[in-house]
Amino acid sequence: MMKKIKCALIGSGNIGTDLIYKLQRSAVLEPVWMVGIDAASEGLARARDLGLKTTAEGVDGLLPHVQADGIQIAFDATSAYVHAENSRKLNALGVLMVDLTPAAIGPLCVPPVNLRAHAEQLAMNVNMISCAGQATIPIVHAVSRVQPVDYAEIVASLASKSIGPGTRANLDEFTYTTSDALVRVGGAKKGKALAIINPAEPPMIMRNTINCLTEGEPQQGRIVDSVLAMIEEVRKYVPGYELVNGPSFDGQRVSVFMKVAGLGDYLPTYAGNLDIMTAAACRTAEMFAEEILAGKIKLQATEAA
Amino acid sequence: MSTTRQEPDLRGRKVLLHDMCLRDGMHAKREQIPVEQMVKVATALDEAGVPLIQVTHGAGLGGNSLQHGFALASNEAYLSAVAPKMKQAKVSVLLIPGLGTMRELQSAYDCGARAVTVATHCTEADTSPQHIAYARKLGMDTMGFLMMAHLNDPEGLARQGKLMEGYGAQTVYVTDSAGYMLPADVRARVAALRAVLKPETEIGFHGHHNLGMGIANSIAAIEEGASRIDGSVAGLGAGAGNTPLEAFLAVCDRMGMETGVDLFKLMDVAEDVIVPMMDHMVRVDRESLTLGYAGVYSTFLLHAKRAAARFGVSAREILVELGRRKMIGGQEDMIEDTAMSMAKERGLLKDVTTDIGRKTA
Repeated sequence: MMKKIKCALIGSGNIGTDLIYKLQRSAVLEPVWMVGIDAASEGLARARDLGLKTTAEGVDGLLPHVQADGIQIAFDATSAYVHAENSRKLNALGVLMVDLTPAAIGPLCVPPVNLRAHAEQLAMNVNMISCAGQATIPIVHAVSRVQPVDYAEIVASLASKSIGPGTRANLDEFTYTTSDALVRVGGAKKGKALAIINPAEPPMIMRNTINCLTEGEPQQGRIVDSVLAMIEEVRKYVPGYELVNGPSFDGQRVSVFMKVAGLGDYLPTYAGNLDIMTAAACRTAEMFAEEILAGKIKLQATEAA
Repeated sequence: MSTTRQEPDLRGRKVLLHDMCLRDGMHAKREQIPVEQMVKVATALDEAGVPLIQVTHGAGLGGNSLQHGFALASNEAYLSAVAPKMKQAKVSVLLIPGLGTMRELQSAYDCGARAVTVATHCTEADTSPQHIAYARKLGMDTMGFLMMAHLNDPEGLARQGKLMEGYGAQTVYVTDSAGYMLPADVRARVAALRAVLKPETEIGFHGHHNLGMGIANSIAAIEEGASRIDGSVAGLGAGAGNTPLEAFLAVCDRMGMETGVDLFKLMDVAEDVIVPMMDHMVRVDRESLTLGYAGVYSTFLLHAKRAAARFGVSAREILVELGRRKMIGGQEDMIEDTAMSMAKERGLLKDVTTDIGRKTA
């Protein structure tokens, strides 16, 4: 059996729990620890049932076990406010941090756009932006690689049941991080992100609308080709990533209407927002893991920043 | 002889009128109100004694977007022009979390806004804690606004209102965004809120006139303890407009309520200033009535008309389908999406992917 890279998950909410399932299917990753802050939490109990070691002492409860258990990659699904401290402590022990909070202290990563570059530069902290970012930035990039995009605006509609308390209480961080990433990763000159939480029953499948204003007339044929090719790239790790309408063209506006169904690992399939985030994080970690296993990169303990 | 129902005695009841012409009315004007016209309207409302006037893009702070349209000026430009001219009125803004942010609230405050309506869908109050807390920190008159209130039952709505009160909201609104509610619906929701909120927390009602019930619903809300009423002079607002403020004021006067607003002056503002501004007569017509009847967000009206013209599907069919799919405020993108899907089903629109001989799915 091939050797796997051992992983710790921090945060036992929706995202952390869904990640367990994704990592357990991975050929190169193995989830070993789940870190929470509430001993009575459902998330920690579920992690134990799935065979993980758990601590309710936060990251400090994990640190003494990092070396003994050979943890090399950690996923942080807590909040932007505690992430920096978590990252500092784990980086100091040579653990690579995949950040699923909106903290964005490391480079922003959207796998089909820039993952290879991050792996080559051996970033010790990569940020996964937000579910809306993962669902929309590939499309913005698909347009901006054809011709300059003056403005990109995205609307993410999310099922109420799929949004945990952390995201709800910190909605502005979600907005800021996603808007910023439309520019830094998507390649637009300006970006704006809107989020809508819809409580319909049965829950609505995650929807994303991507609008780009191109510099000059949009090159329709090339944009359609580029967008369709990009959708195929995303579908490699999120099979439920699907085009509903568009690309449609109205003056300089290019509109693409996407639907994202999840795999139904932890939450039902409507929660495509959960899957696109965890699947992107998993794919990111796998890329690093493959490089580590092939001996191409070696993780280094970094000085506390 | 039939017995007549005894009207509750509202004499002496204090009611605060909150005008929406320069915010909800922006929807009816496709966000195209010039700065000078805003100043003219606000000055006239101030002169008539309206104590609270909302001024922003129709979708509030952060509203300038492809999704909601671009206004002629930034929110900052509108607020900076209007606020210094007010002799007695306070200027409020709208903030919908997920669209507007705390940075934009700070900026609005810096331009003179002193009250804010923090609005969420009627089941999602817990997306508003940071914005409500920030508004209170700035010392603003802070109102929590539960939109599409017909989609939550009275007890559920009361729990959401209690959350907003807990974050710091000083007033909690029952917001009939679709103009769908009937007086009994309003009474039940206001009463449920009154039963759980602290006595010092005010209750507001924001109506739309899609079923012609704006005034009756506002009175029903007051009977159950509401003390703030949103309306707009001449009804300039989304859908069939808001509760027409001058008509509501006339009713308040007749019933002996105290508003501090001059009826004749307000009637003059309606007739001489607002009506001449209208691009279309804001009234109950086929589409706005459909909104009220189907329970659809009033702002969807003009977007649906545009999509109908572009894709050849009727606006009424689009609105009914949006209602069936339970789309809520902010999902204007789904209007175009729905129209395109309907047009494809009817062979009116080719799928760009099959058009060039490919499939993605």
